[in-house]
Amino acid sequence: MSRTFTILAIVAAGLLSWGLYGALVGAPTEQTMGDVQRIFYYHVPSAWTAFTLFAVNLVASVVYLIKRNPKADALALASAEVGVVFCTVVLVTGPIWARPVWGIWWTWDLRLTLTLVLWLIYVSYLVLRRFSSGSQTPVMAAVLAILGALDVPLVYFSIWFFRTQHPQPVVGGGGSIDPRMLHVLLLNWAAFSCFGALVCWSRYRVEVVQREVEEMLALESLLEPRGAR
Amino acid sequence: MSSVSNITRVTLFKDLRLEWRSKDAINSMLFFALLVVVIFSFSFDPTAEESRHIAGGLVWVAFLFAAVVALNQTWAREVRNQVLDAYRVSPAPANSLFLAKALGNFIFVTILEALMTPLFIVFYNLRPLGPGYQLVFVAILGTWALVVNGTFFAAMSLRTRAREIMLPLLLFPISIPAVIAMVNATGAILTGEASAKFWIVLLVAYDVVFTTGCLFLFEIVLHAE
Repeated sequence: MSRTFTILAIVAAGLLSWGLYGALVGAPTEQTMGDVQRIFYYHVPSAWTAFTLFAVNLVASVVYLIKRNPKADALALASAEVGVVFCTVVLVTGPIWARPVWGIWWTWDLRLTLTLVLWLIYVSYLVLRRFSSGSQTPVMAAVLAILGALDVPLVYFSIWFFRTQHPQPVVGGGGSIDPRMLHVLLLNWAAFSCFGALVCWSRYRVEVVQREVEEMLALESLLEPRGAR
Repeated sequence: MSSVSNITRVTLFKDLRLEWRSKDAINSMLFFALLVVVIFSFSFDPTAEESRHIAGGLVWVAFLFAAVVALNQTWAREVRNQVLDAYRVSPAPANSLFLAKALGNFIFVTILEALMTPLFIVFYNLRPLGPGYQLVFVAILGTWALVVNGTFFAAMSLRTRAREIMLPLLLFPISIPAVIAMVNATGAILTGEASAKFWIVLLVAYDVVFTTGCLFLFEIVLHAE
């Protein structure tokens, strides 16, 4: 297990450096937007990674509710935490790009709003986990994750009704993109996915170890005779 | 099935009778909503034309905040007297309890809306330019959207520290699509500039999705240990 972890870490570091070089030097400068467009190579992969992690959280939550396996809950917690971090990166890099290109920091457009609402739901998920104590926390959190997932299509349709300002998806959306740019984008996507998986995995391991320690301490305090303390 | 509706009815009437005698929830909700209306009208001071555009937002934000006051008290009485523990060991279906609580909250919030709407009309000089009867559908669907999730999350936040503050933290993010739909539908009807049909359909979808989801998951929440 730790050997796979090391290999993944090396792969992630390699891909991230290659991706950074590609984003800053390798990819051609965009004609109208100029260098600010290069934020795209971090913005989009972060978004994909965040959404993947939220999907992992949903699957882990459902698995937990069915099987009541504590490891599924630890994975749900780790993926939600790391997903919120990547989602924050998306919400911060977006306005940095939007200000020079659109002339505004923020707009209530479909994808922006959807990302913001997802971020809000997952922050409330983490707050719930932080504020509840005891054995029912995983159940409550899993239930909230499922209700949050039910919310996503409804948010989508509620904002879809408005005109959308976000650039149409350049990958798979019928838009055209320079193949060199696409190459760098996919490279960064692979790098961010590896990096996200790596961080999520370490967080998961920390969580599992922490639970073992807590269990051990609880057992010890039970076994210890009262007079000894 | 008859046992579900029986238990729902008995629990609902018990809650209504308790509320009728104490009037805790309805009084605090009413006064809170009144304060929100007054503070809003000081903060914005709109003309009749402007208020038609912003009233949808004001009305629903006031109702949302006031509903939280009532929703927070939904389960407090049952926890204090260990009713929930008794309910857990009884063979009664969990969903009938949930339905009774949600219906009770629906009735409280509807009464609040019926009493507060005239005040809004007076303070903001409102007169719908679109089809006014649609406001009734929006009110019913929107209120149910708030209380079905609110009742559910109030049950969830019972097990947390600082439970009073936990409810809005859980309820508001999930309610965003419902609030968007309610506000836009009300705005569309008041200004008469657009059709509210899409928003009413969206509210129906929201209500169906979350009523099903809550009924499906409530047993898990009630029995969570």
